[in-house]
Amino acid sequence: MSTRWRGRLGAGGAALVLAGSLLSCGDGSAAAGTPTLNWYVNPDNGGQQRIAEQCSADSGGAYRIEVSILPSDAAQQREQLMRRLAGNDTSIDMMSLDPVFVPETSEAGFLEPIPEDLQQELSAGVVQGAVQGASWKGELVAAPFWANTQLLWYRRSVAEAAGLDTTRPVTWEQLIEAAQSQDTAIGVQGQRAESMTVWVNAMIASAGGEVIENPDAKGPDIRLGIDSDAGRAAADVMRALAEAGVTGPGVDNRDEAATANLFQQGGAAFMVNWPFVYAQGKSAAEGGTMDRAVFDDYGWTTYPAMDAGTPAAPPLGGIDIGVSAFSENPDLAFDAVRCIVSQENQAAYMVSDGNPAALESVYDDPEVQEAYPMYDAIRTSLQAAAPRPQTAYYNEVSQGIADQWQPVTSVGEQTPQESQEYIEQVLRGEKLL
Amino acid sequence: MSATATPLGADVAADPRSTRRSRGSDKSRAEAKLGWYLAGPAFVILVLVTGYPIVQALYDSLFSYRLTAPADREFIGLRNYGVILTDTLWWEALANTALITVVTVAVELVLGFALAMVMHKVLGWLRPIVRTAILVPYAVITVVSAYAWQYAFALTTGFMNAVVPGVGEDFDWFANKWTALLVICLSEIWKTTPFISLLLLAGLAQVPSDTIEAAKVDGATAWERLWRVTLPNMKASIMVALLFRALDAFRIFDNVYIMTQGAAGTQTVSALAYNQTISRLEIGLGSAVSVLLFVCVLAICFIAIKVFKVDLARARGEG
Repeated sequence: MSTRWRGRLGAGGAALVLAGSLLSCGDGSAAAGTPTLNWYVNPDNGGQQRIAEQCSADSGGAYRIEVSILPSDAAQQREQLMRRLAGNDTSIDMMSLDPVFVPETSEAGFLEPIPEDLQQELSAGVVQGAVQGASWKGELVAAPFWANTQLLWYRRSVAEAAGLDTTRPVTWEQLIEAAQSQDTAIGVQGQRAESMTVWVNAMIASAGGEVIENPDAKGPDIRLGIDSDAGRAAADVMRALAEAGVTGPGVDNRDEAATANLFQQGGAAFMVNWPFVYAQGKSAAEGGTMDRAVFDDYGWTTYPAMDAGTPAAPPLGGIDIGVSAFSENPDLAFDAVRCIVSQENQAAYMVSDGNPAALESVYDDPEVQEAYPMYDAIRTSLQAAAPRPQTAYYNEVSQGIADQWQPVTSVGEQTPQESQEYIEQVLRGEKLL
Repeated sequence: MSATATPLGADVAADPRSTRRSRGSDKSRAEAKLGWYLAGPAFVILVLVTGYPIVQALYDSLFSYRLTAPADREFIGLRNYGVILTDTLWWEALANTALITVVTVAVELVLGFALAMVMHKVLGWLRPIVRTAILVPYAVITVVSAYAWQYAFALTTGFMNAVVPGVGEDFDWFANKWTALLVICLSEIWKTTPFISLLLLAGLAQVPSDTIEAAKVDGATAWERLWRVTLPNMKASIMVALLFRALDAFRIFDNVYIMTQGAAGTQTVSALAYNQTISRLEIGLGSAVSVLLFVCVLAICFIAIKVFKVDLARARGEG
């Protein structure tokens, strides 16, 4: 083969490869007429996909919603969204956001501001905590879609045997005593992960404290409230749990799902967890993997209090829908959001996917009440719930808490002070995380 | 790895001896030229795709730069490096990474050599079966193997507590630094030993059989033949296997990320870089960690090539 021939072959091959890649870039946006809205969602039982189809149909051809599924872990959802948004990705129109990441997304200018009248419409009749979670600097920046909260779950028979009065708010101290007397465990989330922050924040808030005192501040200026009486009270509860030996096996690697399994299998007769555990228990009982009697023994009440006189401030979670600042059709996207968070959709979503609605009126829906007998406990809990720290630096604060308050057995008197110093150093850029 | 491979072609072409040898020979000059034509485009592309990010990381590491607050970007010189090098977390991660590298590479080398011997000696219809069986773990994606090992040892899904003697049924392998590192190392060894044995198999094939025959005739025992004949003849490929695996092991990420996420003091350097850059979106600080990781990898290369005199060309049978 001559040199010239080799050159031609090489050039031809390169041209073919180039042409191929150009062709593959070209397709995708060839929709016929109807604008497509891309909605990035957290994984669920398919409820958001159904809502997307419903709203597309209801729009009468004004838009078509396509759903893209994010990773299952909240932190990974954030990583993917932030990186795309930082690259001004126009392919995102709407996104399902965990409330803890709303401030960061809004502060970075990634969220399209919601018009004043729509802000009012979207927050009318929504539980207070959920509105707070979707707001930043006094403005509603995302639409509350569903609101989650943790309850105290227990086996009725065990609570009865321990003489625990669950008709009134239960304290951590009473809970530890009851678990110890019945030789059982309390399912808490001790993994070095977001669930640890959920727990620590709920205890600090329940004791009247705040993890962050000035949430609007820039990283280096943030004042933390972990090294406080409330923080020390939270550390005391953890220490008491560990000392009483009621944390159960494998607490240091236990997240919400593992806690639910432990409770289901009888390894713990008490646990703090989100309401998904009820739907999970129900399907296990129906599927025959768990005794029906065990499921009938499920009891629930509001989150444990720090002391008998003060009601608890339970954890708050959920999902808000934000419209991307880089969307090419923001007005249509807002129309779609309005449809997604409608009362009918929230009620249907609660029944199908087990995620509690953000609108209070949904809890009066007979279908919801039938599917979730604890609807009233959820509503009460949502009204009292405290959001996690609202800050654009949430990830640092949360990872810092998870790092310093774990393992549970290592938590001591010094933990609040040490963790506060550590997180402040991280926020000042003086330490790695 | 690519960076170590590219100068080879250059060496061969620019070697004064080969030029001398080829002087007057049109054929070999044309071959050298063809070598450049063939390797040239790949070389240019490699420089573009690896050189550009490295330079960008070096540049970013001099800034305090958060992806979600681009307006606050500020030049801070070498302060990021100061923060990292005075942080105990960096040194802990470095020690963990070095430990994992030394332990896994040492075990893999011994195991890999044994497996290479098996692959080399076994004859007949068994040969392809044995070779395939040994190589299977290497075909498994690291993330998948990490999950498999995690599920095997995790308290909720695992069965190892029932299998390993002297371990209680409530034992949590991932709650303790040393047991967590043990599982991470085991997974790493299981996964990459086939790679080392493959490289060593190539080395074994290069050992001249007549030398072994001669040693046999002289009355050398099998053990003596291994130590005096086989291993010295394989030195080049052993060193290359060591270097490749050491570089690979030093960048360990998947196993740690899947199994512990750095909890229980199992942080490694790559995971630390990921956490700053991807998770915290602190591009400046994260780039500085990446640059330091790059420097460590360069140091390993330098030590291997200059101190242990790894001859990459000889390992390819060019010497």
